Amino acid sequence: MIHPSHFAAVVLFSLFASTVFGITMRDTPRRMVRYGAYCFILFVGSAIVLSWVMFVIAR
Amino acid sequence: MATTPNKPAAAGKPDAGKQSQKGFVYLPLIAGWLVPGAGHFLLGKWIRGTLLAVSIIAMFVLGLAMQGKLYTSAQDILDMLGMAGDLGNGLLFFVSRAMGLGGQPVETTVADYGTKFIVVAGLLNIIAAVDAHNLRTGRKAS
Repeated sequence: MIHPSHFAAVVLFSLFASTVFGITMRDTPRRMVRYGAYCFILFVGSAIVLSWVMFVIAR
Repeated sequence: MATTPNKPAAAGKPDAGKQSQKGFVYLPLIAGWLVPGAGHFLLGKWIRGTLLAVSIIAMFVLGLAMQGKLYTSAQDILDMLGMAGDLGNGLLFFVSRAMGLGGQPVETTVADYGTKFIVVAGLLNIIAAVDAHNLRTGRKAS
């Protein structure tokens, strides 16, 4: 049984999902890496932004 | 410029895909669904297959380690959707169920994350299997 923090869970989820997205959605290795990195940044970035939005709304 | 028969989509010629149409076309799709990455392994895409297998299996195992739930019955529409996602894991799902894993009720937030990890791993596996099928049929160039 493991207990990752919310942020650790987001990073792990983003890492694995971005890997699959990158490989399956693009044709060449270079474009796969770029698209995977793009998805990873969007996943984690949107989670951070939405977290701050919810923090501000909850105050 | 010469084109190889292994790149029919890139060539865009009518007979360019005949080389990749021999044999059972759906084998990479079925193999990829049953075992993550197996569809790409069958096509000789070893690095891609390994990355896909590691990502999907790790996500599934982490989901179980977080005490995520495996859907075993479909009582309502959400259960049906969860079960559809879980079934995407192929043999991982059936073996885990046979071993009695993922049967405990979700009581913590982390366990809920784990349930989502398992469902998304199944959905990602379906995407990977369809990608292997597209490579096999020549719809995807390489």
